[in-house]
Formats: sequence, C-alpha cells, structure tokens
Amino acid sequence: MTTYSTNEFKSGLKIMLDADPCAIIENEFVKPGKGQAFNRVKIRNLKTGRVVERTFKSGDSVEGADVIDVEMQYLYSDGEFWYFMSPETYEQLGADKTAVGDAAKWLKEQALCLVTLWNGVPLSVTAPVHVVLKVTDTDPGVRGDTSGGGGKPATLETGAVVRVPLFINIGDSLKVNTQTGEYIARAKE
Amino acid sequence: MPAPRNKNASGREDAAAPRARLAAIRQRAALLAETRAFFGGRGYLEVETPVLARAGVPDAQLAQFALSDPLLGTLYLQTSPEYAMKRLIMAGSGSIFQITKAFRQGESGRFHNPEFTLVEWYGLGYDHRRLIAEACALIAQLVVSLEAPARIVTYREAFQDALDIDPIDAPTDDLRAVARGRLPAAQELALDDRDEILDLLMSHAVAPGFPVEALTVVTDYPSSQAALARLNAQGLADRFEIYRGPLELANGFHEAARAEEYASRFASEAAKRRERALPSIDQDQRLLAALAEGGLPDCAGCALGFDRVLMLAMGATHIDEVLAFPIAQA
Repeated sequence: MTTYSTNEFKSGLKIMLDADPCAIIENEFVKPGKGQAFNRVKIRNLKTGRVVERTFKSGDSVEGADVIDVEMQYLYSDGEFWYFMSPETYEQLGADKTAVGDAAKWLKEQALCLVTLWNGVPLSVTAPVHVVLKVTDTDPGVRGDTSGGGGKPATLETGAVVRVPLFINIGDSLKVNTQTGEYIARAKE
Repeated sequence: MPAPRNKNASGREDAAAPRARLAAIRQRAALLAETRAFFGGRGYLEVETPVLARAGVPDAQLAQFALSDPLLGTLYLQTSPEYAMKRLIMAGSGSIFQITKAFRQGESGRFHNPEFTLVEWYGLGYDHRRLIAEACALIAQLVVSLEAPARIVTYREAFQDALDIDPIDAPTDDLRAVARGRLPAAQELALDDRDEILDLLMSHAVAPGFPVEALTVVTDYPSSQAALARLNAQGLADRFEIYRGPLELANGFHEAARAEEYASRFASEAAKRRERALPSIDQDQRLLAALAEGGLPDCAGCALGFDRVLMLAMGATHIDEVLAFPIAQA
C-alpha cells in the first residue's frame, strides 16, 4: 500500500483516515519559530461527505487510499443497485443507494457519469453537470409568456423536480444543471 | 488556500512566466533598498557570508539541504547565516547586517518556500529589548499599514491570556490536557514531548489570537526553547519572536556568549537528532574554536523573514505571489 509523507500533502490527495477513504481539501504548513512543524489539514470523508480538520506532525506518514475517478455509462437500475459500464472495457459495476446518492434523480440511460471507486467498489457517483430531460408533469403552459418571471414546478422523467418558466409544457425537453438543480433552457430534441 | 494560477497575457497558464506580478517584483526592490538604507543610517556594515558551507546547524527542527562534492565532501546550504556572522563579530566587525538566501528542506506552504530571503543583523552592545525596538521600527517602515505600537508580552502571559495556563510551570500532563481539550483536530497526536505540546498550542491556539492590525512581540521563552539565546535571572531565555496576527516575522536573541553554552546546546540538539533517527550534521568547529578564544562580544541578533514582510506590504495571501519563481517553477 502506498504511504504519503506530510510533505506530499496537497489538495486532492486521497488518504485513509480512521479506516475511511478521504480526500485532502486544504493543507496548511505551520511552523512556530524554531519549533515543531505541523500540517493542518482539511479533509473530506469520501464515504460520508463530512469535512473534518486534522493536525499532523510534519514528517509523519499516512496510508494512501486507492481511490480513482472513472467515466462510466449509466445502464439501468433494479431499485437496489444502479448499474454502470465502462465504455472502454465494457466492465459493469453496481453502485448502491448510498454511493449514488442525489445523483439518482438525474440519471437517464446512457448518461456518462463520473464514478469514484475505492478498491474497485463504487463510492460515489457524479451526474453530468448538464443533462437534457423530458417533462412528465407540470401545470399547463401559458402560451406566449416568455418573460421568465414567476415559474412553477415541473417533474422530469427521472423523478427530479425543478422550477421552470410558465411556458414549459409536458413533453418539453429541458437542459438542467445537476449541481444547482436549476433549469437552464428548453432543449431542441 | 490555493494560489491563483499563473496566467500569461492571453489568459492561458504559463509555467515559464514569473509568478509574481511586476508590482511585487518592483516592491521587493524598493523594500530591499529601504532595508539597506535603514541599517546604513544606523551604522551597520553590510556583509556577505557563504551560502554553501562545510558545517551545518545541529537544530533538530531544521532539515538542511546537503550536497556532495567529490573534493570537499558534504556541503550544506545554510538555514541562516548566524554562525558565520558571529565569526565576523568575534573578528571585530562591529554591528553587521546581511540580506541573504536561506534554505530549509520540507518547508513549503502559504508562508514557506524552501528557498527564501532572510534579513539578519547583529547589534553590538545591544540586548534583546533594544533589538526588539529596532526590529519593530524596521518592520513598521516596510509595512506602513501596521498600527503602532507593538504589544510586547511574555511567553507566559500569551499562554495565560489565550489558554489560562502557565506554560513554564504547569505540569506536562496539564498542558497535554489543554491541548486535547482545545484542539480536537490533534487528538491522534502522541504529544509525548513537552516542547511539542507547547509548539502545538502556540501555533494552533495562542498565536491565532494575536491581532492583525499591529505587531505582537513574545519574549521570555522557556529555557528548553532557548536555542542560542542567553538565560536570564528567572531561568527564561532572552529570546523574542515578532508576530503579525498568527504569522511569525522575526526571531531574535540576546546572544549566548560562552563557548560552553554553544557546545552544550549543540550536543543536546545532536542527541535529539539521534533519538529521532535524523541525519547527523557536521558541527561548526570553526565557530566553536573562535568562541573558545574568549566568547562572543555582548550583542543581540535578529532574523527577519523578508518575503513575509513583502507579503504584508503587498497584501498577498500566498508567498508565491511575491516570488518571481517559487519552488514549483524554479
């Protein structure tokens, strides 16, 4: 297993902490005058998403975490697992509910997602930033109102609910930002 | 906090271009000139000493770059010009100052670059009190935004104000308990060593409370952290550090004078190195030999981190912003 010295700490480095895989967000080297140096580190637990602060003595070593991000195509879900396939190796993997998390409501077949693997097992799934999804339910559209003012909720084919302008109708395809959950524009099919 | 990326005129990243903006490069030149004028006006002689030397510094907290020469053997890049400057003083130089590069392995971060610029000076006949006044005057001249006067507190008072504990007399167990109670992020640290606990508390809980508008000077260090400072009648070190907010800018001593003090402190650092399985360092026999001839004349010395002063003058948040080519681009 790889180990990293605090000298190698930098944002993005994946390490093991309390038996969980973590990513370093911020690393600050502090050294009082002639004394002992420390690394004050902000770390995100990749399983829980929680951010913790931890202080290391400079020169200490920690175990690296075998965490990689791979691009995979979403295939389908059986309700328990969400299945993804590598477009390069055609290898298929199932990600459980915890790993898929909020990404589930944006996933449409064939979407290319970023799947984070820990020791080869999906740890988290990031949906594409922009997706195009069909409206399956919303109040009837107000023709001609393109002001963008006001708005109404619309349910999309994947189950996500977004706020849309009044002129949107059932059956329209919408471009949506999955990170903010916001409507961007009507998409041409 | 990541430094902003280096961009050339077309907005693309460019590893060849200087990291510092031209304004910072000009400001560096202006502050260097001002520093020289400051010391020149006070009767200091500007000197140069070797950056590359046969002997190193035994300090267990410093990692030196060591080079190997086929004829000369191991050579060290200096961590500070202290020993050579003291040899000049013993040879009768009078008060001297130097602006030089120093090198410390493994020190990299928002306020550290492995290669950095030090202003180091020794006032003959000075004690640390007089040197504190002079150092604060220099910093105030270089960083005009600082409010005067500097606040001078003892190491003990600083800990009592921030943590309500006496860092000199409290049992190590009590200090450890305060560290565990105040710093959840440090729970996993062993904290066996008293000075390590003090360093942890100083850097994580005491210094972060220092004001950013003015300088804070900490004096009267525990004897275990005397380095090469004299011990006073209370058994504390006549050593000081100057902070701006939590950032240390300068470190100074009323210098120890006797050869035996140097030899015993070198020996204790060498013992710490052995304990921690750190590489041993060739001691400066020339310094010890010169000291044996009658010791160091009464003087006080100070080292000021010039790049940090420039950062403050520029309002920079990362040392890379004031370096033409920080280590990643060097």
